[in-house]
Amino acid sequence: MADINIEVTDTIDITDVTCPITFVKSKVAIEELEEGEVLQIHLNSGEPLENVPRSLAEEGHEVLKKVDNGDGTWELYVKRGAD
Amino acid sequence: MEIMVYIAASLRSFTDRVPRIELSAKSVREALDVLTDRYPEAVKGFFDETGDLRHFISIYVNDRDIRSLKGIATKLSDGDELWLIPAIAGGAQKEGEEAPAKKPAGGSVISAERMKAVTIEEKQIERYSNHLQLKEISIKGQKRIMAGKVLIAGLGALGGVVAERLAAAGVGTIGLADFDEVKLPNLQTQTIHSTRDIDRPKASAARDRLKKLNPYVSSVLHQEKLTGDNIEEVVEAYDLVVDATDNFVSRYLVNDACVLHGIPEVFGAMYQFEGFVTVFAPGGPCYRCLYPAPPPVGIVPTCAAAGVMNALPAIIGGLMATEVLKLLSGSGEVLIGRAITLDAWNLQYHAVQTVKDSGCAVCSVHPVISTAMDIDYEDFCGLKENPEEEPIATIEPEELARRIAEEEPITIIDVREPHERAIRKFPGTIAIPIGQLARRQNELDPDTDTVFVCREGKRSILAIRTLREAGYEGPMFSLKGGLEAAAQIIFPNEGAWL
Repeated sequence: MADINIEVTDTIDITDVTCPITFVKSKVAIEELEEGEVLQIHLNSGEPLENVPRSLAEEGHEVLKKVDNGDGTWELYVKRGAD
Repeated sequence: MEIMVYIAASLRSFTDRVPRIELSAKSVREALDVLTDRYPEAVKGFFDETGDLRHFISIYVNDRDIRSLKGIATKLSDGDELWLIPAIAGGAQKEGEEAPAKKPAGGSVISAERMKAVTIEEKQIERYSNHLQLKEISIKGQKRIMAGKVLIAGLGALGGVVAERLAAAGVGTIGLADFDEVKLPNLQTQTIHSTRDIDRPKASAARDRLKKLNPYVSSVLHQEKLTGDNIEEVVEAYDLVVDATDNFVSRYLVNDACVLHGIPEVFGAMYQFEGFVTVFAPGGPCYRCLYPAPPPVGIVPTCAAAGVMNALPAIIGGLMATEVLKLLSGSGEVLIGRAITLDAWNLQYHAVQTVKDSGCAVCSVHPVISTAMDIDYEDFCGLKENPEEEPIATIEPEELARRIAEEEPITIIDVREPHERAIRKFPGTIAIPIGQLARRQNELDPDTDTVFVCREGKRSILAIRTLREAGYEGPMFSLKGGLEAAAQIIFPNEGAWL
């Protein structure tokens, strides 16, 4: 269930891949954005939901919100940090 | 002062194969005196005719080049380590400058514009995921790697390891320079080539291997022999050059062209169990700073004549590939102004400082060399006959075979090293390694023709020169082309020479 209050610049779906490609794809996608823009990531609960937000935060990006879709997948909103 | 002297493998022929020697000395000069007292053969190896330390030997006290200390007058303290490393030498007593640069100006050799022009495809995100995960490389570093153009000079054991690593890493363009063909003895160390590649050009065999490893990489073949006339136009097209060649002519050729065009060069060399890696880049020392002149022909056996332990290229080539990736991605501390030496068999690892030579012929403020086209590299490396020197008489293999068959009086001296003699025995000869010739000249009969044999016909020439210098006046001949050329003729009933 997408959050309509957040303006999203790009979206990616990483439900078809596993660690570490989940993180790598998210990282490549967010670095394509300008500072302050938001990436919406469609991901599975469990390991991806635990690790991807943490890893992106370590890279200097800001996790704005996590939304449960109720079907085992989540939407993650991440704001791109500075280089 | 109790100190430890470490002898690089290629100098151990002068020290009865001993890799390290504990001795007592107050200065470097005294330590060398103790060494040459103990091993008189070493005098010829270490010092030239005028008694100066030979230009192809560098001496380090701990990790400092004695040129940045007080030369051979440098004092020693208890527990000091003295490292004798050949073929990295400098103007004997010249004041050297410390190399300040640790990485080229601007970080990466790849500009931001070229980095930005690269897009990473969906499939490449997975293929390159290891580097993308690393903060030190990440997306920008990987894009720079993908934009990079790297020339690999020499596709033997080291060049092969570097080529495979760089291809898998995703380097955009890899130049493959080698004019040679794959032969059976290559396969134990040169794992980029396969059994089915025997007799194929090394550059094509390497290209095929790289294509299988990573279809995104484009290979450019350079199968012509690199010379002073073509080297500059070849290197010009690349961001970086990897020198994985196996002879002094190519080493100087590649160095000079890289210095003249401001291209960083990753340098690696091996000898038996030992490896040496460094990076030459603008601001730091170059190959000529370390080795103003090559060793006299024959004093240090070539890699091919000495053998290489098969796992060593993976270590040394791996270090070289690491330096390339750092230079391309613009991160990490690059091996500029320093060198790593490794003796894998005796587990001696050492990082030394290398020193820029302010009087260097090619990279100093007032260089003597302005283009590689002006230099006769073969002559510089002593591979051309000196017209002033008395010519060396040679004997054809057929003639030697006939004289042996007809039992004519003749003395044959085998100057090969013991391990080479073990591979191919030559019965009826006297075995005298080059280092012992002068001392053992009384084993020769000046009234009988003496034929000197070695593997390629180069050391036999050196042997004759050595004996002439030592005052021997009997008739001497060098077996033309060495046993490599003569084995089939002299031993027609045996298998091919390995």
